[in-house]
Amino acid sequence: MTLFGYRLPRMASLVFWVLIWEIIGRFELVLLFPPFTEVIGAMGEVLTSSSFASAAAITAWTYVAGLGLAIVVGVIMGLLMGLVPALDRLLNMWVNIFVSAPLSALVPVIMILFGMGAPTVVVTVFMFAVWIIALDTRAGVLHISRSLIEMSHSFGASPLKRLEIVLLAALPEILAGIRLGVIRGVKGVVIGQLLVSIIGVGALFSLYSQNFLMAHFWALVLLLFAFALTLADLVARLEHRIEYYAGARH
Amino acid sequence: MTMALDDKAGDRSSDAPDGAGGAAPIVEVRGVAKHYDALVALDGIDLDFEAGRLTSLLGPSGCGKTTLLKIVAGLLEPTAGEVRVKGRPVSGPGPERAFVFQDFALLPWASVLRNAAFGLEVRGMPKAEREAIARRYVAEVGLSGFEEKYPHELSGGMRQRVGLARALAVDADVLLMDEPFSAVDEQTRRQFQEDLIRLREVENKTFLFVTHSIEEAVYLSDRIVLLSPRPGRVSRVIDLDIPRTGDPEAIRRDPVYLDMVDEIWRGLKHYVE
Amino acid sequence: MTSVQTSRADIGALATAVRRRAVGRAWRSAGWKVASLALLFGAWEIAGRSGFNFAFPTFFETMAALAEMLADGSMGAAYLRTAEPLVIGLVFSLVVGVAAGVSMGLRHDVEWFTLPVFIVMQAAPMAALIPLVTFVYGIGLTSKVLAVVILAMPVIAINSYKAVRNVPPSLRAMCRSFMGTRRQEIAKVVLPAASPMMFAGIRLGVAEGFSGVVLAELLITPTGIGDLITYHRSVAHFAHMYAAIFSIVLFAVLAVTILQWVETALFRPEKRSAA
Repeated sequence: MTLFGYRLPRMASLVFWVLIWEIIGRFELVLLFPPFTEVIGAMGEVLTSSSFASAAAITAWTYVAGLGLAIVVGVIMGLLMGLVPALDRLLNMWVNIFVSAPLSALVPVIMILFGMGAPTVVVTVFMFAVWIIALDTRAGVLHISRSLIEMSHSFGASPLKRLEIVLLAALPEILAGIRLGVIRGVKGVVIGQLLVSIIGVGALFSLYSQNFLMAHFWALVLLLFAFALTLADLVARLEHRIEYYAGARH
Repeated sequence: MTMALDDKAGDRSSDAPDGAGGAAPIVEVRGVAKHYDALVALDGIDLDFEAGRLTSLLGPSGCGKTTLLKIVAGLLEPTAGEVRVKGRPVSGPGPERAFVFQDFALLPWASVLRNAAFGLEVRGMPKAEREAIARRYVAEVGLSGFEEKYPHELSGGMRQRVGLARALAVDADVLLMDEPFSAVDEQTRRQFQEDLIRLREVENKTFLFVTHSIEEAVYLSDRIVLLSPRPGRVSRVIDLDIPRTGDPEAIRRDPVYLDMVDEIWRGLKHYVE
Repeated sequence: MTSVQTSRADIGALATAVRRRAVGRAWRSAGWKVASLALLFGAWEIAGRSGFNFAFPTFFETMAALAEMLADGSMGAAYLRTAEPLVIGLVFSLVVGVAAGVSMGLRHDVEWFTLPVFIVMQAAPMAALIPLVTFVYGIGLTSKVLAVVILAMPVIAINSYKAVRNVPPSLRAMCRSFMGTRRQEIAKVVLPAASPMMFAGIRLGVAEGFSGVVLAELLITPTGIGDLITYHRSVAHFAHMYAAIFSIVLFAVLAVTILQWVETALFRPEKRSAA
């Protein structure tokens, strides 16, 4: 938007929202919001606490493990669905169901099967991220122009080489799927720990809410938000870098 | 809304004398320029468009021909200069002008009949009345029987016929056509061009026609305005005198037609790299 | 115009052929659906029978438990409880989300001011706020409604915004060129053109809303379907617990499917005529 001839930066309005938050907090208008400055103050305390360090470590490794697994399985599943029509017909319905199903409801099952610990969180991250990656990879493979496949065939490319061409040609959609998977995975890592509630940030959340530490709670929430947004932004940047050939493809 | 329509009907009867070949300019373009920040799309355009004639705006891509057409339509504001239609300065779209879009701009959720009646619908004409008028024009463009079909059930050529019926239905004096046949295949395109020539015999309208096809411009126009790119300027105005009665196919073999296509191509060649 | 007449006759013949092929296709796609169901449920049954985990019932045990819970009314009662926060939250999210999304799509100042908040809300793990909401608003209905809203509304708003933004500019120019007013442009062109993507967002929002209500019932206080899950887990009735989870997933899928059907029936005349 432009105001008096100045172009206002895109996300700058967040500053206003923070101000509104501060005012609401100062005058105790909505119980949910302690003053923003207080939250920032608590953030230092949260960041330096040893329990945060261990929670961050658990969050990070369960997230990376779950997401890595989801990318590998999702891309392979999507490739197979895109290349083998029979498999596509068998799996497409389930992938579509799981992409929009309330997966949180499955976490209790995962907890029983994998225990009240980190493996449950890994599986939750996996379950949240894998379906959208598979779906987008499939779309990418189906989207490849026929002439590209025929070209590689007519030039006598080996099956491995052909698979490589398929993978590279579908890369824009695969990355789009991974970006969504990254965002969903963050939701998974948080929901998983909230429901397990005795490890990682889940344990911290219960600690803060049992001790009525509102500002600490918000500080942790904001840290998680920042973590999610940074990751989403990183993948978006990566996506942007390969956009040049996505454009040339059509 | 009905007021505007009555107003227009009055205009029409008072302007009726200018029949085919009348020399009174119905659209006047005076010193029109269009800048997009540093880019000069159009610069110092002065043109008269005479009533009842078909004038093509021809030029390579980037010469601003569509921009000029949209300024005449009132869809874009010129940076400088003004456009007058029937003596009145243009400040936006008006009832005396109707636009035919390159990508058809049909509502996918509306039937052929509703699409053709859309111009009348936004003017607030009652449903029965506007559908009767639209039905007539749908038939005139050769689509009777397709009234209840939806755009996705039609071929590209048929879709553009709906776009044409929509523009005819509002009974404007000036039809502004933005590369109307560029999105259809070659056979349909030829059929369409021949139909347009026949249509001009029935409907006494002024046409402003944007195209990048030299053949199409020469085949259809009474006058061709050649535009040159960067900045968009009028480089040449050609009056054509090709007889268009009789066999429409014969025109494509007329030596005057062939020579003119050749001459314009030689003039435009140096813009093509 | 003879060419047009011939093409009409062709279209008639083509339509019959297309219809016949469509019937064949419908049968084949139903066959694949059955195979698809059989695949997953078969795998479930085999996994259950293999006894790899004491807490993993077979498919048929789960279905029997589902039938039992349906018959004794416990499931019906649970869904009545769950429906309350879900419906209130979804209606609120729908109204506010669509209104916010459409106004962001139409007005640059609203977009500048509001969009960043929704972008943050959509990308962030909003579920983390559920314990906080409980902490402030207690364990009642308000908290559960809020849990549904914070999960469902962002995706509805963002999709409505994108939908309005993606309306082809030539359609809007077309309306203006025929002297449509701004109000007509919005009502007759922008909203209908945006509705498919808006509905896609609403479907995602409904799915998120189901997630929200389940999370609320698992995290806040066990009521309704969350209570069924928690209770049967605590007394080790695993088949019943699986049946409850199965039913909520099924319910969400059904809700989304019904929504799609309503959309086609009410808003997409061109799809109906093609069928």
